[in-house]
Amino acid sequence: MLKMPTLDIHDTSTDARTETKVAATDVNVYYGEKHALQSVSVNIPDRAVMAFIGPSGCGKSTFLRCINRMNDTIPIARVTGKIIIDNQDIYDPSLDVVQLRARVGMVFQKPNPFPKSIYENVAYGPRIHGLCHSKTDLDEVVQSSLEKAGLWNEVKDRVNEPGTGLSGGQQQRLCIARAIAVNPEVILMDEPCSALDPIATARIEELIDELRKNFCIIIVTHSMQQAARVSQRTAFFHLGTLVEEGPTTEIFTNPKDKRTQDYITGRFG
Amino acid sequence: MNEHTVKSYEEELALLDKKIAQMGGMAEQLLGQSLGALERRDPQLAEDVVLADKQIDALERDIEEQVISMIARRQPMADDLRHIMGALRITTDLERIGDLAKNIAKRALAIADESHPKPLMSGIRHMVELALHQLKEVLDAYAERDADKALNVWRNDAEIDAMYNSLFRELLTYMMEDPRNIGISTHLLFGAKNIERVGDHTTNIAETVHFLVRGFNITDDRPKDDQTSSTLISGS
Repeated sequence: MLKMPTLDIHDTSTDARTETKVAATDVNVYYGEKHALQSVSVNIPDRAVMAFIGPSGCGKSTFLRCINRMNDTIPIARVTGKIIIDNQDIYDPSLDVVQLRARVGMVFQKPNPFPKSIYENVAYGPRIHGLCHSKTDLDEVVQSSLEKAGLWNEVKDRVNEPGTGLSGGQQQRLCIARAIAVNPEVILMDEPCSALDPIATARIEELIDELRKNFCIIIVTHSMQQAARVSQRTAFFHLGTLVEEGPTTEIFTNPKDKRTQDYITGRFG
Repeated sequence: MNEHTVKSYEEELALLDKKIAQMGGMAEQLLGQSLGALERRDPQLAEDVVLADKQIDALERDIEEQVISMIARRQPMADDLRHIMGALRITTDLERIGDLAKNIAKRALAIADESHPKPLMSGIRHMVELALHQLKEVLDAYAERDADKALNVWRNDAEIDAMYNSLFRELLTYMMEDPRNIGISTHLLFGAKNIERVGDHTTNIAETVHFLVRGFNITDDRPKDDQTSSTLISGS
C-alpha cells in the first residue's frame, strides 16, 4: 500500500516529545470567602501552546495568574496546592518572586507599554535583571527580542520614539518583545488579541506559533477559534473547576464532557 | 442536548436534517421505481426515474451550499461540526444512489422489449428489497442518531454482496446456455452491480452516522463478500 504523507495540523505528538514544564497539583484560590478556583491539577507541556477556555468568571485567568504568582498582589487572595516549574515549587517561601516573574513572562489583554521609548520598553527588563553588561549587549538583546516578536522591521528606524505611539497590534508585539527580552521559559498570555483587529490578531497568532518552538506558552482566550488555531492542548474551565483537558483537536471535535461540548458549540445558559 | 443560545443556528441544523430526510426518501423512491420499471417493463416509469434524479441532484447542491454557508458563518465545533460534515458526506452518497437508480431505469428502457428470465428477475428483486431495507435503516439511524443501528446496517451489507455473487454466477450460466441471452444478461448484470453499489453507499452512510454520533470511526474490518472481480466460469 502507498504510504501517504501526513500533515499533522495540530502536532499532538508534542505530548510525547516534550516533558512537562509546569505541573499544577490541587491548586485552590480563595478571594476572601469566595472559592474561585477548586482543586485544579494539570500538566502543561514545554515547547507547546496550551489554551485555557471557558466562560467569564470560570477561573481560567485566576489560574493563569497563579503561575507567576500575580495573585500575590491581591491582598485578599489565598492560594493553596502546588505548582512546580522544572522541579521547583514556585510557592516555596524562599523563592524570589521577582526572579520567578522573569522566568514566567506575561502579556495582558490591553497592550500596556511603558510610557518610554520602544528601545527602553524592551531594554528595561534585561537592565534591571542585570542580564547585559555593555551597551552593545543590550542593543543586541533589544534587536533580537524585537525580531522574535516580528516588530523589528517596522520600528528599526524609530526605536527612540515612544512605544505608546505604535498601533495597538504593534504595541502588543512590543509587550511580547518586552516579555521575551528577559529570556523567560514560560509566557502567559491573558486574552492577548481581544483588543486587536483581525490582521493584528493574525500576526500575533503567527508569532505565537513561532515562539512555541522555544517557549512554553499558556494563553487564555475567549475566542474558541483562536484556541483551536494556535494551541496543541486545550483546557476547559467552568465554575472554578478544570472540567476537561486534552489535545486541542480532540477537545474541538470530540470532547468527552457534556459541559465542554455545550460550551464550545454555543449551547450554554 | 441543550439548545443553542443562537436560535437560528438550531433552526439551520434542523433544516439540514429535514433536507437529508427528504433526499433519502427520494433516493428510496427512485430505487423502488427503477425496480418497478425493470419488472413491469414500464418505459414511462423508467423515464420518470431519469427525470426525478435531477431533483436529487438539485437537493444535493442545495445542501452543499447550506453546509458551506454554515461553516463560514457559524464555525461549527464538536458534535455540530460532525453533524454538518456528516450531512455533507451523506448527501454525496445519496446523490450517487440516485444516479445508480437512474442507471437501472435506463437499462430497463433498453431491455423493455425483451422477455425477462423469471428466476433472475426475482434475484434482482430480492437484492433491491434488501438494499431498500438497508437504506431505510440507515436513514432512521441518522434521524435517531443511533450508532448501533448504523453498525448493524454496516454489518448486513455482506448479505447484499452474497446475493450479488450468486446472481453473477447465474447470469454467466444463462449467457453460456444461449448466446442470444447475452444482451439482456449484461444489462441485468450491470443492474445487479448497481444495486450492490447502492449497498456500498449505504454502508458509507452507516460509517458516517457512526462517526457523527460517537466521534470516532468504525474500526473493525467490514466483511467484504463481493468476489465477482476474481470469479471466472470457464467454458470448457
